[in-house]
Amino acid sequence: MNPRTHFRLVVLYVLVGALLLVLVGRLWSLQVLEGEHYQGIAAQNRTRDIVVPAVRGMILDDRGRPLVRNTSALVVSVDRTTLSRQKDGGKSIVKRLAGVLGVSQDEITKRIRLCGPGIKRPCWPGSPYQPIPVEDHVDPKRALQIMERQEDFPGVTAQVQAVRDYPNPEGASAAQVLGYLQPVTQEELDRRTGLKVTGYSGVDLVGRAGLEAQYDTALRGEPGFRKVLVDSQGRVTGTAAEQPPVAGSHIVTSIDAGVQGAAEKALQHAVEGARKAGHPADAGAAVVMDVQTGNLVAMASYPTYDPSIWTGGISQDEYDALLGKKKGEPLISRVTQGQFAPGSTFKISSVSAAVKDGNSLHGTYDCPGSYNVGNRAFRNFEGQGYGPMNLHTALVKSCDTIFYRFAYQEWQRDGGMKPRKNPSDPMVKMARNFGFGTRTGIDLPSESMGRIPDRGWKKSFWEDTKEANCKGAKQGYPQLAKTDPARAAYLKAVATENCTEGFVWRPGDAANFSVGQGDVLVTPLQLVRAYSAVANGGRMVTPRLGVAVMRPDGTVERRLGAPPAGRLPVDAKVLKYIRDSLGDVTKDGTAAGTFGGFDFKTVDVGGKTGTAEVYGKDDTSWFASFGPLKKPRFAVVAMVSQGGTGASTAAPAVREIWEAMYGLNGHKKPILKDGRLPAELPKITGEGAAE
Amino acid sequence: MITGSGVGTVEGYAVRRGWRSRVAGLRRLDWTLFLVVVALSVIGALLVRSATYQLLTDQGKDPEGFLKRHILNLVIGFLLGGVVTVLDYRLLRAYVPILYGAACVGLLAVLTPLGQTINGSHSWIVIGGGFQVQPSEFAKVGLVVLLAMILGEPRDGEIGPGRRDVLLALVLAGVPGVLIMLQPDLGTTLVFIAVVLGMLAISGAQKRWLVGLVGGGTAAAFAVWFFGLLKDYQIDRFTAFLDPNADPRGAGYNAQQARIAIGSGGALGKGLFHGQQTGGHFVPEQQTDFVFTVAGEELGFVGAAVIIALLGVVLWRGLRIATQAADLFGTLVATGVVCWLGFQTFENVGMTIGIMPITGLPLPFVSYGGSATFANMIAFGLLQAVHVRRRPFD
Repeated sequence: MNPRTHFRLVVLYVLVGALLLVLVGRLWSLQVLEGEHYQGIAAQNRTRDIVVPAVRGMILDDRGRPLVRNTSALVVSVDRTTLSRQKDGGKSIVKRLAGVLGVSQDEITKRIRLCGPGIKRPCWPGSPYQPIPVEDHVDPKRALQIMERQEDFPGVTAQVQAVRDYPNPEGASAAQVLGYLQPVTQEELDRRTGLKVTGYSGVDLVGRAGLEAQYDTALRGEPGFRKVLVDSQGRVTGTAAEQPPVAGSHIVTSIDAGVQGAAEKALQHAVEGARKAGHPADAGAAVVMDVQTGNLVAMASYPTYDPSIWTGGISQDEYDALLGKKKGEPLISRVTQGQFAPGSTFKISSVSAAVKDGNSLHGTYDCPGSYNVGNRAFRNFEGQGYGPMNLHTALVKSCDTIFYRFAYQEWQRDGGMKPRKNPSDPMVKMARNFGFGTRTGIDLPSESMGRIPDRGWKKSFWEDTKEANCKGAKQGYPQLAKTDPARAAYLKAVATENCTEGFVWRPGDAANFSVGQGDVLVTPLQLVRAYSAVANGGRMVTPRLGVAVMRPDGTVERRLGAPPAGRLPVDAKVLKYIRDSLGDVTKDGTAAGTFGGFDFKTVDVGGKTGTAEVYGKDDTSWFASFGPLKKPRFAVVAMVSQGGTGASTAAPAVREIWEAMYGLNGHKKPILKDGRLPAELPKITGEGAAE
Repeated sequence: MITGSGVGTVEGYAVRRGWRSRVAGLRRLDWTLFLVVVALSVIGALLVRSATYQLLTDQGKDPEGFLKRHILNLVIGFLLGGVVTVLDYRLLRAYVPILYGAACVGLLAVLTPLGQTINGSHSWIVIGGGFQVQPSEFAKVGLVVLLAMILGEPRDGEIGPGRRDVLLALVLAGVPGVLIMLQPDLGTTLVFIAVVLGMLAISGAQKRWLVGLVGGGTAAAFAVWFFGLLKDYQIDRFTAFLDPNADPRGAGYNAQQARIAIGSGGALGKGLFHGQQTGGHFVPEQQTDFVFTVAGEELGFVGAAVIIALLGVVLWRGLRIATQAADLFGTLVATGVVCWLGFQTFENVGMTIGIMPITGLPLPFVSYGGSATFANMIAFGLLQAVHVRRRPFD
C-alpha cells in the first residue's frame, strides 16, 4: 500500500469518527438536554382537548311546563381549519358533502364563510376555530354516509347535539320573552375564562336576547372536557383525562303558559279586529302582572315569530322575510321595548298630581268641550262637553279639559313663560314617581326608558334641533313656498318660534303632558307597573320573570327575588278613590260598552281606556286594568299601535284575557283556579331534557 | 496463502483455490462485523415491527406483515451476502461490465412507464405481486465495483491513477449518476458523490482532482439553485431544513415530527413498542427512511447511541478491511462501501435530528426495504470477501 493511500485512509478514519461524534452530540442535546421540552410538545401533539357541551337548562313556566327545552338532533358540522389544509381548499369535500346532504355547494360554502362587514347571511358569526354546523336535523342515513367515509370527509363531523325546542304549552310561544341563542363569537371566547372551545365540540351557543341572555350563565352550565389521545390523522385512540359536564340549571319563570297563551290569542284577535275596522294595527302588546309581587304572568308582543327558526342558522332572506322591518321587526318586545304615548291611561298619574298639588279630591270641576290654554283651544275627545263633575266622573268619562286646566294653572303658578327658579312641576314629578321615564328594572335585557318630557328634556331637545330650526326661521321654505305658500309660512312661523324660544316649557306642553300626549312615551310594562301600584295600595314593585334557578335534579339552587318595592307618594285615600273610579269605567264609563255582559261578580275588573293621537298615524289604542277591585291580584294592560280607540281595540283584548283567566264567557275551565297562581315552586322531573 | 501483495500472482492465486479452500476460508471471516450486522438487523426488525404494528392494525391488515416481509428480505440479503463473500471478489472485475450495464438499464427502465413514483422520487420498478425494485440501490454496488476496477488497475511507477483513468471513472460514474438525478433522487446522488470522492482520494489520485471536483461540484450546485433546476419539493425540503417551523403541515412536517419523536424519547426512551408518537404514526415513512425516530423515541439516547455505535463498528471494520486488503482493488472496494454506508448513515440520522436536509435514504441494515437490504448485504458480503482474502501478515 502506497503511503498516500495509507495517509488518506487515516484521514477517512478520522472523518468517519468525527461525523459519528457529531450525530451522538446532537442526539445528546436533543434527547437529554432538551428531552423535557420535546416531551411537552409530544404530549400536545397526541392529545386533543374536546369540550363536552353541557346540556342547556330549560325555561319553565310557573307550573314547570317547559317553554324552551332541548331535543336531540343529528348535526353535521365542518371544521374550517381542516378544510383549508386540503390541497384544493376543501372544495371537493364541500362538493361531496353537498351531494350527501342534498343542498347546493354554494349554500354550504356560504354557511361556512365568516360573517363580516358586507357579508350577507348565511354566514358564520362564531369562532373560526369551531366546527361550523351546516345542517341540523340530518337524516341518520345521510349522517352515516359521512361518518362511515371519514377519509372522504376530513373535517366533517356528524354528531348528536342538543338543540332548542319550543313546545308551545297551552299555545304559549312567548318568543320575545324567551329570546334566542346565537353562536359564541371569537371575542367572547377570548374574554371567557376557563375552558375554551378547541374543536370537535359542536356549537357553543350564547343567549342573545330575552331570558336566554339574561340567565345565560345559569342556563349554560359548565362544559366538561375530555383529553383524548389521537393519532396523526386525528383519530381518537383513547381517553387520557375526563371531566364530565355540569348540566345547566332550569329557570322557573312567573309566566303562566295558560295565561300567556290566552294573552297572545287575545292580542292577535285585537289586531285582527282593528284591521277589520280599517286600522293598520302594526304592533301590539299585552301584559299581565301580579300586582302584589310584580311577577309577570304573561307578556305577549305583536308581531311575533317562531323562535325555532334560529336553530341551525338563518339565511338573510329568512331573516328579512321573518324578522325584518317589513314584518314589523318581531324580535322587538313591544312590552319592554315599545314606546308609545299613553293617552288617558296616564291620567292616574295626573289626577294624583292634581290632588297632591292642592285640588280637592272631592271638588267639582267644569268639563267644557274646549279649554283655552294660552291662546290655543284644547278640546275634549270629539269636542264633547259634560258640564260640572267630580274627579270620579272625570276619570270615568275621560274628560280632558279638567286636566288641561289643572296643568295650565300649575304652569302659571310655576311662572308661565318666565318660570321661577324651582318650578314645582307636580305632574312631571308624579309621573316619575309612577315609574315613567325610567327603566322598571325587569330581568330582561334592552328595556326602553320611555320618555317624560320635562323642562330639562325640552332644553336639550332645543339645543339638538336649534340649528335646523333657526335656518328655517331665517330662510323660510322657498321650495315649498312655490307650491304651498300657506304651509311654508306656517312652517316658517313654527321654526321661528322653535328657534328663539323652543327651550321654553310652554302651556301647551303642560296641557298635553297631563293627558299623556305630546312627547310623553311609556312602555306597556311601565304602565302595568303603575296600575299595579294603584291596585296594591301604592307599592312600586319591580317586574320579574325569573322566580327560581333549579338544578337539573329538581332542587332549588336559588330564588330570584326582586328588589324591595318602592313607595308611591300618593295618599291611600286617593288611590282608593282612583280604584273606585276605574271600577266604574267598565260599568258606565268609556269601556262600559266593551265590558257589557262581563261577569263582574266573579271578578270585578276596573280599568282605563286610552286613545293616544300620534302625528301622521292612526291612534294608539290602550286599555289598562286591574282586578278584582276589592282585593286586587292582577293588572292587565293591552296596547295596539295604530289600532283605533282604546275602547274598541285594546279593551276587548283585556276583557278576553280576564275571561280566560277566570273561565268566563265560553271559556270552559278557568286557567287560574280561584284566580290564584300556584303558591309553590313546581316539581321538576327532567321531562323534556335532551338525552 | 503463499504470496504477498505481488500483483502478478493474483490470477494464479485465485485459480489455485478450490471449493474446499473457500469454505475453509470462511473461518477467516470478520466475525465482529458479522455479529454487528446481525445485531443491527435484529434491532431493525424490532423497530420495523414497532413502526408498523399499530398502522397495520388500524388498516385491518396483518399487524406483523411488514415484520414478516422484512425478515424474508433479511434472509435473502444474508444469502446474497454469503454468495458474494464466497465469490472471489477479484473475479468481480470480469462481471463489472455486466453489473454496470444492468444497473444502467435498470435506471433507464425507471424513467420509462415501468417506473413508479413514491414520495416524489421516480425510483421504483414494479415487478408485480406487490414487489418493487429500486435500481438505484443496486447501482451503488455497481458504482463501487466499477470505480475499484478502473482506479485499482495495476500501474507501474505511479502512485495514483492517471488522468485517463480518472476521467474514465468520472464519465462511467456520471452516466448512472445523471440517470439517478433525473428520477430525481437527491439522496442517492449525494451517496454517489461521496463514493466517487472517497474512492478517488484513497486510490491516490492527485490532489488537484479532488480540489477540482469539490470546487466544480459546489459551483454546479449554485448553478442548479440559481437556474431553478430543483423540483419544488426539493426546495421545500431544504427550506424546511433551514427552518422546520416554516411550514409545519407541509414540508417541515417530517422534520418537526421526527425531531419531536426523538426528543421526547429522552435519555432512556419509552420502551420498545411503547412509543406514543410511533404508535400514533405521526412520523411518515417511519419503517423506512425514518426508522431511526422509532429508536430515538422508544430506546432513548442510550439506544440511539448504541445503534450509531454499531454502525460505527461496521465503518471501523470496513476501514480496517480496506487497510488490510490484499490489493488496491480490495482496498478501494472496502473504501467505497465505507463511504457509501458512512455517508448514508450520517445523512439518514442527520435528517431525523435536524442537521441534514431530508432526502429519501434508508438507514443501512436497519430500515425496511427489499432493494436497500439486498444492496447493503451485498456490500457487507463485499467487505467479508475482501477480508477473507486479506494480506496474511496483518
